[in-house]
Amino acid sequence: MTSPSSPQSPAAPSPPLSTTMLVDDVEVAVGKKENIIQAARKAGVEIPHYCWHPDLSVVASCRMCLVEVGDRRPNGDVVMGPKLVPACQTPTKPDMVVKTQTPKVKQSQSTTLEYLLLNHPLDCSICDQAGECYLQDYTFKFGHAHSRLQEPKIQRIDKHHIGEQIVLFTDRCVMCTRCVRFTREVAGTAELQVINRGSGEEIDVFPGHPCNNKLAGNVVDICPVGALCSKDFLYKKRVWWLKNQESVCTGCSTGCSIHADQSDDHLYRLRPRENPLAQGRFMCDEGRFGFHYVNDPNRLKLPIVRADRTPTDATSPAGKFDDPWPAAIQAVHHAMTRPDRKNIVILSPFMTCEEAYLLASWAKSLPSPAHLALGPVPMTGDDDHYPKGPKGESPSGRSIKFTIRAEKAPNRWGVAAIVQHWEGDLVDWSQTAQQLAAGQFQQAYIVGGASGYLDQLDITWVASLSFLTVQDILPSPLSERADVVLASGSFAEREGAFVNHAGLAQLIKPAIRSPGEARPDGRLLMGLVVRPGLYHAATIRDEMADIMSAFKAWKGNSLEPDGLMLERKILTATVVHVPPISQGGSANKGD
Amino acid sequence: MTTPFEPVLLKRLGKPDSVTLASYRRDGGYQALAKALAMPRTRVIDIVRESGLRGRGGAGFPCGVKWGFLPEDHSGPIYLCVNGDESEPGTFNNRILLEEDPHQVLEGIIIGSYATRAQVAYLYLRYEYGRSYRVLESAIAELYDAGLLGKNILGSEYSLDIYLHRGAGAYICGEETGLIESLEGKRAWPRIKPPFPAVEGAFRKPTVINNVETLACVTHILARGADWFKTMGVPKDPANPRDLGSYGPKLYCVSGHVEKPGLFELPLGITARELIDHHAGGVWKGRQAKAVVPGGISMGFLSASELDTPLDFAGPGRVGCLGLGTAALIVIDDQTSMVDVLYNTCRFFAHESCGQCTPCREGTAWSTKILERIRAGHGQLRDLDLLMEIAQSMGTIPGTTICGLADGAAWPMKNALTKFRADFEDHIQSGKKSSTRTLVGAH
Ligand SMILES: Cc1cc2nc3c(=O)[nH]c(=O)nc-3n(C[C@H](O)[C@H](O)[C@H](O)COP(=O)(O)O)c2cc1C
Ligand code: SF4
Ligand code: SF4
Ligand code: SF4
Ligand code: FES
Repeated sequence: MTSPSSPQSPAAPSPPLSTTMLVDDVEVAVGKKENIIQAARKAGVEIPHYCWHPDLSVVASCRMCLVEVGDRRPNGDVVMGPKLVPACQTPTKPDMVVKTQTPKVKQSQSTTLEYLLLNHPLDCSICDQAGECYLQDYTFKFGHAHSRLQEPKIQRIDKHHIGEQIVLFTDRCVMCTRCVRFTREVAGTAELQVINRGSGEEIDVFPGHPCNNKLAGNVVDICPVGALCSKDFLYKKRVWWLKNQESVCTGCSTGCSIHADQSDDHLYRLRPRENPLAQGRFMCDEGRFGFHYVNDPNRLKLPIVRADRTPTDATSPAGKFDDPWPAAIQAVHHAMTRPDRKNIVILSPFMTCEEAYLLASWAKSLPSPAHLALGPVPMTGDDDHYPKGPKGESPSGRSIKFTIRAEKAPNRWGVAAIVQHWEGDLVDWSQTAQQLAAGQFQQAYIVGGASGYLDQLDITWVASLSFLTVQDILPSPLSERADVVLASGSFAEREGAFVNHAGLAQLIKPAIRSPGEARPDGRLLMGLVVRPGLYHAATIRDEMADIMSAFKAWKGNSLEPDGLMLERKILTATVVHVPPISQGGSANKGD
Repeated sequence: MTTPFEPVLLKRLGKPDSVTLASYRRDGGYQALAKALAMPRTRVIDIVRESGLRGRGGAGFPCGVKWGFLPEDHSGPIYLCVNGDESEPGTFNNRILLEEDPHQVLEGIIIGSYATRAQVAYLYLRYEYGRSYRVLESAIAELYDAGLLGKNILGSEYSLDIYLHRGAGAYICGEETGLIESLEGKRAWPRIKPPFPAVEGAFRKPTVINNVETLACVTHILARGADWFKTMGVPKDPANPRDLGSYGPKLYCVSGHVEKPGLFELPLGITARELIDHHAGGVWKGRQAKAVVPGGISMGFLSASELDTPLDFAGPGRVGCLGLGTAALIVIDDQTSMVDVLYNTCRFFAHESCGQCTPCREGTAWSTKILERIRAGHGQLRDLDLLMEIAQSMGTIPGTTICGLADGAAWPMKNALTKFRADFEDHIQSGKKSSTRTLVGAH
């Protein structure tokens, strides 16, 4: 800053160009393409806003973000402009001065809130949004407690027809049009619109054209109030009872970063977690609503040992309080360590890298080292890009804002790299299936890990096996015929890294405990492969980094918060072709 | 003023066939265009700039300066949008021009398009103006037949097409960026600025928007010269460097409680009193004026003691009104309650607010509800402060909303509540109920 006394004569050298601005007297750097809201965040100042969203066009219509703006002159004087300006619409520039605490700004904030609450039902006690509502939060911080409206409020009809997954509580809407812009600019499907005029305005859809696009659920997240709600989550839980855990969606190889919201070991909802390296700020509905199998009452809760097919005399636990696991582990061990059998271990693209590595390294150390294979990778159609054009056409190149991938598993890359490390080649599942059918193996260990994943397999080859171990979370035709079933964990219970389609390694963390005696795979495998200590994913990752070049980069890296890009070329030596497998139909509604 | 005023804009009104091209040409029509086409287009801009012509649509922005904002190096299309949405209550000058003498407007459109390099002009016409639409349709057809529109106008290098577009039936369609959105087939939600239309307007291309009367003036400026235009009106205030003066003839619409309502062409700067008493036959039934709207309802109210205010671009502002607006006077007699007047005003704006901006959407509706309650005899004195606060938040602090509608809604409230507070206090304290007769609808 130039000192106020610096000479103003034309001969004086021009002061160095400023690169900073002031927000409430805090000096911050002027960022590229930043608006005042973003600059203020850097100064630790919150500017309330409704209509602005970083992924949507700027409309500057809610007028919640008005601030005073001025200039810092070279001599240090500050000259403020006469107008209030929208912080969302106003780009920052060097020597800008922003004031958010002046009487004019505070008056404008509290008036705008009073306006927004005029016809608002304030039915917080039955509103799903309560506890994470920007109308509540801002009113608390910037508004006042009472309304001066004496006339009756406008009554509006709830709109359950808005979408299969979404309902509009019309009277809670603050008309920020985020939802409308989302369907136009991100989904491109443009179902939502504003109808009527003035204070009669409402959000609606064209009759008979509900908002059912595959990204529709995001409008619930971006709605700053309790107007758009998720039918799936509606009235299930007050949000303040929810604890969230950082995780990754397993729906496809985009690997959206998510929050897994749970309470009492019950998973209630998934929400996208902002991650510029993964997907941005959104997620698709298949992923968002496809988690209910986690809560399925049919989840495998006990390991099962079937004596009739087993060559050993391992038995079920004698009493009700006995740990059922030692017998199951021992049965698998006994079979798989026989030197005279040809073994195959089939890894699942739903496993984390660490889990796959534990199992694979053990499989290779057996007296008769197992052949490693990658299980089927579910594929559906083609990658689905958004925003759609007016006729539903797909965008391309840089105009793509979101992609739902055809590969319906979160970690093909990571698991494939592990298989390749030991096998060199990665074979197509159909070849592995042929080998199985041809009776090339006598003992198999196969991992599932997601709802319906193994259900659709042609399993005629099971007959040729003398011993089959299935590690999975739900019963399937395959687990029915297994000698040993190891009840394992869903993504919400496990820990480790997934590598997405682009080579991004991200962490999933346990949000809930596995049901009954089921064990998350890491813990289960630590027992099976007889490694001392507890399962600690970071330690295993470091070990992997030492052994496998594909994972060298993550040595010592916490993979937080956004993950780490691994080198793609190492991971993609072979492109695997897999037959399409449907994902087992509709998600099991577990509750 | 020494030279007697000779009307030009309304000169041909009442002539038989005044709407036809033949009749217009007999009176010397399209010679201004021929003159313009013979000059470099920048010369046309200079002449208009020199004339001091300010926009007649409400904001009074200097026309030549606006044309000069277009980017010089732009190579793609440029559009001229003619604002014929005329929905400001009390205003009907565009309608008369278009219905009675459309060619002087069309000539101005062609001259303006030539000056701004527009090859397409859109005439956005208020939906309700069916007669104007039919007249314009045939006038435009005549122009194409006569080689005055289309390719190589009057044998010159210049080509232009004019599209007549019927509006979407809302006041907000007249706001220039609302007009553009509506023209593009969307809801007329005014756009945030920047970018200004001169840089990014219709179909995201540089665009000039001018009012119908503004363009009619352009025709006469080209015909008679910038100096002629400057002989009329109120010159710049030498003491105020920001004053731009108010030159030329103006169409004053007078309606309400007068004996002879109508449209009067007079030099800018005539006083409200002169206009009412000498031209509109005085206040009706021998009564006195209580309040006068100086330029469309959004400009606020003059009180009886402010009737000597000159109606030029600066006059109404000096007595607390928003401005000259459309120079449409609505005279309110002394038997009328300002409570009713303000209620009707607020109801109009609540109905016409496009609903984007929170203060405008909610403020207009809330003030209407409060006034409804006051009219019903349930008012409290503190309601007046609340109304004032609402007006303040909608329009008096600049920048609180996207477009000018909210200011236009706030000003009549502010003026009525300060200049006529007694009316409101009496009404509230007496517990009177307003007559339940339906007021003239806002729509
Ligand atoms: C709410 C609102 C309504 C308006 N309606 C009209 C209108 O009906 N006709 C018009 O010419 N200008 C109208 N205007 C002014 C236009 O925005 C614009 O300033 C004008 O058309 C420019 O033309 P001019 O420079 O020739 O006056 C309106 C402005 C606002 C804020
Ligand atoms: S939207 Fe917010 S303020 Fe409104 S009822 Fe729901 S929680 Fe309460
Ligand atoms: S429904 Fe929600 S997101 Fe949509 S306009 Fe209303 S408040 Fe905004
Ligand atoms: S001020 Fe009113 S009319 Fe203008 S854009 Fe905002 S809400 Fe619409
Ligand atoms: S966030 Fe700036 S106006 Fe809505």
